[in-house]
Amino acid sequence: MQYRAEVTIELKPGMLDPEGTTIKRALEHLGYHTNELRTSKRYIIDLEEESAEMAEKKVDEMCQKLIANPIIHNYTIDMREA
Amino acid sequence: MTIAIIEFGGSNCNLDVLHVLEDVVGVDAERVWYKETDLDRFEGAIIPGGFSYGDYLRSGAIASRTPIINSVKKIADEGKPIMGICNGFQILTESGLLNGALMTNKYPKFRCEWTNLRVETTDSPFTSAFKEGEVIRIPIAHMDGNFYADEATLSTMEDEKLVTFRYVDKEGRVTDEVNPNGSQENIAGILNGKRNVMGLMPHPERAAESILGSNDGLRMFQSMVEYINNR
Repeated sequence: MQYRAEVTIELKPGMLDPEGTTIKRALEHLGYHTNELRTSKRYIIDLEEESAEMAEKKVDEMCQKLIANPIIHNYTIDMREA
Repeated sequence: MTIAIIEFGGSNCNLDVLHVLEDVVGVDAERVWYKETDLDRFEGAIIPGGFSYGDYLRSGAIASRTPIINSVKKIADEGKPIMGICNGFQILTESGLLNGALMTNKYPKFRCEWTNLRVETTDSPFTSAFKEGEVIRIPIAHMDGNFYADEATLSTMEDEKLVTFRYVDKEGRVTDEVNPNGSQENIAGILNGKRNVMGLMPHPERAAESILGSNDGLRMFQSMVEYINNR
């Protein structure tokens, strides 16, 4: 089966997000106030596996081995049939 | 004695390190491409600065998953000295050889300037030629040099004196104003628990000859060579 995983990586809550802070400040210059603005990164991964469980396990391994850094990141995986 | 200079696509301080080792310190060095898997013939290794793999994903992340890193880990386990400079520091944290992570600078800007560093410990293969508390001048050039580790890790690192250098003012004081990247506790360089692996954001190879404005960095390479000679 073909699956598509959408992996979202973000800094753990409370950690400084300089990119988010800069964008928040720029919005304020434009007159928009936000309480908080945080960035995240999304990776779209297509893969072929026997089951959704297998696909999710593989993508989780990818996250742990390379895509995320567990010291600073949280991540979520959204898996669907492609 | 030969020291390996580990190169990846995007390394760009490799030739500067080679020049310092061969022409200034006067030891043999060899450039080693990341596809090599055997570092046994080397007495130590330096991972130079640059932008390995374009710094895609995270600085140092992709380089840290290449086969040569297993060989770096092997010689590190054998007690050989390994120094990672700038991108090399990022590669060493990403590979788990050093604690913590290097995040984007607090003010997200590429900082390229001289910094004053305080030598925090002389008990390492890279700092034995300094005096504890001495203030030295070495330049930085990075975007992701904001050192982060959780509280428990930081406290262990302080207890074991694993911090080698901190950003300070000319008088040696740790202040927020002289912290170029938001690093916790103004940390600029650290050791592993066995003290034979060091990562640092400043570039000692750019301050290894007085014509460059400082030769304070030279003593890091000399310390490393002396350590190897005495092993």
